[in-house]
Amino acid sequence: MCLEDEVNLRWLDEKKPITRWLARLILPVEKISKETLFDCRMCGQCILHSTGMTCPMRCPKNLRNGPCGGVRPNGNCEVFADKPCVWVQGIERAPRLPLWQEDIHHLQPPVNWRLQGTSSWINLFTGRDAIRPRGWENANEPQTNSDQHG
Amino acid sequence: MSFVATRTQRPLRSDSRLERVLRAGLFAVTAELNPPDSADPQEVYDAALPLSEVTDALNATDASGANVHMSSLGLCAVLINAGYDVILQMSCRDRNRIALQGDLLGAAALGVRNVLAITGDDVGAGDQPEAKRVFDFDSMHLLRTMRTLRDDGVFLSGRKLTRPPHLFLGAVENPFAPPLHWRPHRLAKKIEAGADFIQTQFVFDIEIFRNFMARVRDLGLHERVYILAGVGPLKSPKGAEFMRTRVPGVVIPDAIVERLKKTPRERWRDEGMQICVELIQQVREIPGIAGIHVMAYRQEETVAEIIQRAGLFPRLTKPTASQS
Repeated sequence: MCLEDEVNLRWLDEKKPITRWLARLILPVEKISKETLFDCRMCGQCILHSTGMTCPMRCPKNLRNGPCGGVRPNGNCEVFADKPCVWVQGIERAPRLPLWQEDIHHLQPPVNWRLQGTSSWINLFTGRDAIRPRGWENANEPQTNSDQHG
Repeated sequence: MSFVATRTQRPLRSDSRLERVLRAGLFAVTAELNPPDSADPQEVYDAALPLSEVTDALNATDASGANVHMSSLGLCAVLINAGYDVILQMSCRDRNRIALQGDLLGAAALGVRNVLAITGDDVGAGDQPEAKRVFDFDSMHLLRTMRTLRDDGVFLSGRKLTRPPHLFLGAVENPFAPPLHWRPHRLAKKIEAGADFIQTQFVFDIEIFRNFMARVRDLGLHERVYILAGVGPLKSPKGAEFMRTRVPGVVIPDAIVERLKKTPRERWRDEGMQICVELIQQVREIPGIAGIHVMAYRQEETVAEIIQRAGLFPRLTKPTASQS
């Protein structure tokens, strides 16, 4: 969790040439392996472990927080009638994952489209994938002050 | 989820009629108004008139089924001038986060007090399937962003507003779409994101809906949000078939379609209304239901008649069972 102007330096300094070189090496490896295994769309902010190892970007509506209301009675996608809904698959698989079963209930932040096509592994190490819009970060818990209306 | 206060302890979110009716414990009735294919405000007034007295608020749909009509914001502006309480539907299909936030402020300035955040049907459902999908946000992102503007007084970027919009925030849920067991959890996520009220997809399968509501009560969600059950009349066996095959997310049990098929042609409309009235009565008995939302594409007179037939006009207090 961080903001645009204070990217946490976790293990990699974004500004150093070494990072750029690493990205150049890592990107094709990540792309080939994840596209093969998960039909990954290289959004650069991977949440596979929160979604039962099912890439949510394969959803034609790019939903990051669960299925839409148009899932067909047979569990197929509203848009592609002959394909299973990726969220139906993800929800089915999530409980089988160690450590991350509960993550499917977490509220995922909006997509940062600038990271499209970049390496999510590098973004994880630099903290780039944890950048949230300032307003999203500050969103408080709903007020619990009871006043005279109730 | 550290939010433990029940919905009745909250301060008033807006000064909308819908919110006041719900907080007073009355059984709320909302209806959908589909905007005309026209630039004439008179067509809006004419369509809304039959619903003016029998509903608490009217939903302005946002290019539902991905078909272009007058914009939901335009419809709202016209109806507010005539004194209606409106619910502005906002879909994530056609606008990115920049447009959505701007429209929200514009809507509040025009007098909109209720907003409904929805994912939106896919562009493929409509008559311009070649259009570009936006889906920059999902409905939870939209809800939480609306809450950020309202409660924190800032845009998503963190930039300050000089005056935040006062809005009653709504969301939708479809208890009938797979995975059925996960639908209550999705509802919980929407509440966490900021929903104050919920309108559901058409209820035709009362058994599935009862099970859904039982899970909702187990999770205590009915204490944190007002739930309005979606209902609507069927016109004909063919109409029912069209709805369950062509309208995304609508599930109609065979028994109901059979019942219409057995009815002589001249009594279809009446039987369709009768089925709807029966469903309203069944829905009202489910604990945790705060009202109904009636949907019928451009059949305003029929909707008004159903509300009358169901004994919901004048408005009633909820039975004590729903308070539990």
